[in-house]
Amino acid sequence: MTVPSSSPGLWSAVGMIAAVVLSSTAGEVLTAAAMKSIGDLDDIRAHSGMKGAIRAVVTCPLFFAGVSFLALAFFALLFALNHLDLSLVAPASASLTLVTNAIAGKIFLKENVDRRRWTAAVLVCVGVYLLAH
Amino acid sequence: MILGLVGLCAPLGDTCLSRGMTELGSISLNHPGALIAAVFTPWIASGIVLLIGFFASYLTALSWADLTFVLPTTAFGNVIVAFLARFWLHEPISIQRWAGIVLITVGVGFVANGPSLTERPAESIAASALPAAEEEQVR
Repeated sequence: MTVPSSSPGLWSAVGMIAAVVLSSTAGEVLTAAAMKSIGDLDDIRAHSGMKGAIRAVVTCPLFFAGVSFLALAFFALLFALNHLDLSLVAPASASLTLVTNAIAGKIFLKENVDRRRWTAAVLVCVGVYLLAH
Repeated sequence: MILGLVGLCAPLGDTCLSRGMTELGSISLNHPGALIAAVFTPWIASGIVLLIGFFASYLTALSWADLTFVLPTTAFGNVIVAFLARFWLHEPISIQRWAGIVLITVGVGFVANGPSLTERPAESIAASALPAAEEEQVR
């Protein structure tokens, strides 16, 4: 695992993974906020059909802000995968994103992140790390 | 089913991307065009199609459930992929990975037993709307 010998070093690796995690968290929080503001997509599809559901999503400005950050996270991931081992990037970014999303969900989305959800986030975080390692 | 699609498409898509990027060789920030060209290679394109399926299911799930419910629940897809690798590709699963599978399963069990959406009582919505209504009356 760890950083390949041709890689720029430890801090660059930390920076690349942090860029993936932070941009991914920002994108997911903004996208979640957008979907909550739109409402239940199944209901919208039942009333207005698939076109209506797509229109509701693509006319939401928050959705585009979220997608922009997710696109940034995607290219940051491609860049990190090109310089670092998958065995480092995949578990680190996947597991850290779960924890940062739990924090961001509580602060920005005012979600009820109770003891049950914190426990789940930490267990899944460690589990994903072990599985993807 | 929606949460299952989210969980399956994401790790499969990432695997395709990983294979595609390692086949391409090193890409420098001095040549950002190479990243764009990478999108049109077969493995990366397959990964992107899977990730589009993931994203559509993910958006639907987020419209009726909390982010902090959807993310841990869909991590169960990693367990499904590990079992597919074990029984379909006959890859061995180490003790470390078994521990990961157990932790994810227990974690998903924890979150799945709770409510999927934060309840926002009508009183709190009314209370937050009240100052605005009073302000309107003053005007």
